[in-house]
Amino acid sequence: MSDLVSLPATTRTRGPLPRALLVGLFIVGLQLVIALMTLVWTPYDPSALAGQRLEAPSLIHLAGTDRLGRDLFTLIMIGARIALTVGCGAILIGGLIGVTIGLAAAFAARTLDDVFAAGLDILIAFPTLLIAMLIVASSDGASLWTATLAIGVANSAIVARLTRILGKRVLALDYITAARISGSSWLSIVFRHVLPNIWPTLMVNLALQFGLAVIAEASLSYLGLGTPPPNASWGRLLQEAQATVQTAPLGAIAPGLALVALVIGINLLADGLRDLSDPARRSA
Amino acid sequence: MIFSYVLRRLIILAVSILVASAVLFLLLRLLPGDPANALVSIGADPEQIEAARRQVGSDLPLPQQFIQFAGGLMRFDFGNSFISRTPVLPEIGARLSVTVPLTLGAFLLAVVLAVPLGIIAAVRKARWYGGLIAVVSQLGIAVPVFWIGILLVTLFAVQLRLLPSGGFPARGWQRPEAAITALILPIVTVALVMAASLIRYVRAATLDVLGSDYLRTARALGASFSEALVRHGIRNGAVPVISILGIELASTLLGAVVVERVFSLPGLGSMLLLGIEQRDYPTVQAVLFISTLLVLLVGFAADILQRLVDPRLRGVIGSRP
Repeated sequence: MSDLVSLPATTRTRGPLPRALLVGLFIVGLQLVIALMTLVWTPYDPSALAGQRLEAPSLIHLAGTDRLGRDLFTLIMIGARIALTVGCGAILIGGLIGVTIGLAAAFAARTLDDVFAAGLDILIAFPTLLIAMLIVASSDGASLWTATLAIGVANSAIVARLTRILGKRVLALDYITAARISGSSWLSIVFRHVLPNIWPTLMVNLALQFGLAVIAEASLSYLGLGTPPPNASWGRLLQEAQATVQTAPLGAIAPGLALVALVIGINLLADGLRDLSDPARRSA
Repeated sequence: MIFSYVLRRLIILAVSILVASAVLFLLLRLLPGDPANALVSIGADPEQIEAARRQVGSDLPLPQQFIQFAGGLMRFDFGNSFISRTPVLPEIGARLSVTVPLTLGAFLLAVVLAVPLGIIAAVRKARWYGGLIAVVSQLGIAVPVFWIGILLVTLFAVQLRLLPSGGFPARGWQRPEAAITALILPIVTVALVMAASLIRYVRAATLDVLGSDYLRTARALGASFSEALVRHGIRNGAVPVISILGIELASTLLGAVVVERVFSLPGLGSMLLLGIEQRDYPTVQAVLFISTLLVLLVGFAADILQRLVDPRLRGVIGSRP
């Protein structure tokens, strides 16, 4: 029985959770709670004129009101929901397309793989935002869905390239050859050997892409190509506040702070995940 | 050796441009909405729509449309704008006179800021300012470029009234001092964001150099620290940074597109946004093609430059892992 008592020692050798991970989890968790809360409750009706125009912050309106008299704090809370929705959607789309193409390229014969690699390099040369603009431009009007789809598709090339490189590295290992010889189908090789091996690196990259997707969504909204009102995204709030920055500077600051906090939280989360999966890098 | 590399890289460039134009064509034509819709008003009768489709060329089979489209691009013939009915190309030229100085200015400023700061952040890693630079650059990549623009406008244009909050002189570069004043804040905006991400690469490259054997050998042979760093470190550390610079210049161009909106500058970005709003297909495809072309050319130049800097790479074609 005394053996059992010493068991926790083996878990302790892993060391404490990285601080970046905890801080990141806290920030992202907080915004997630706020985002979920807006589904059932907000301080004010987001489209109601809750006060005078451009009121200064007070106990009644924590972040003041916008140029129409809507409660800015309510709008910022809803912005968290939009940002997280688009971010998750874009990562899901980009991850699914990217991992599928990347694995196909990694498995493909040499010449086909070269074509894949060159094609991905070219696609990556297209800046994300231009692809997103193109998709929004050619669909009928901007919406939450077009923005998500556009950012997801644009990100998929980067995910595909990473998956291809990581996948090829794993596929060159001896135990894959052993699995092939012993008659495993390629599908079982993918799910039993390749994906579990590349998943930690992939997850860190997807987390970083999440942060970039949030910024891309805000940029699209700022340019008028994102989520239409009344479900205002942070980018749109900033665009509207820019006109009244002289009288109500907080409107041009508060949504930006919320956005930057979320992206920093996500990046810290990614850093923490990387440290967790690769303890050797902890000191870096 | 370098010649054959340039030749092969040129072929890749040509293929990339062809693929890029195909992607552009497919995205613009295969997604819902006929480009002819922009020419006719709502409720037009079928004959009017048919006439508009003939004028735009969207009644032809797709492969034929693509040949026409690609042929036009190769001759830099982008057709006439649906809205103004004038050729698109001269308009692009005028817009580039804003976007190119903005992009290059921001890029140069970013490099000038990032290279010394990145090296300091690595060499003085243990000091408080080394750590501060690293932390600030980490924060910098989380900030959208347009928000920096809004904040700078609030501070320097609205509060301090030092610089214009936006706009560009109507006569453009005929009044250079007015044009330059108009571009200062936009350039600083884009440069700050670019510098933040560049500092991280310079710092990482310098840290690699600092831990290298050849630097220790040079020190052991009697070179001073700064001498060893300048003679051996810069050339080695420059290789990964230059390969990043190409991508950075491309994203600087993109940052410029967004920042033009913040400062109401009449550049390529605002032309693209206006084109999208007005469903002006010739304008949209011309701007997207030109900007993609610029991005691909920059990537080409960066690759060639990288070979010239690093002799070890000269023999190897395609350094993909």
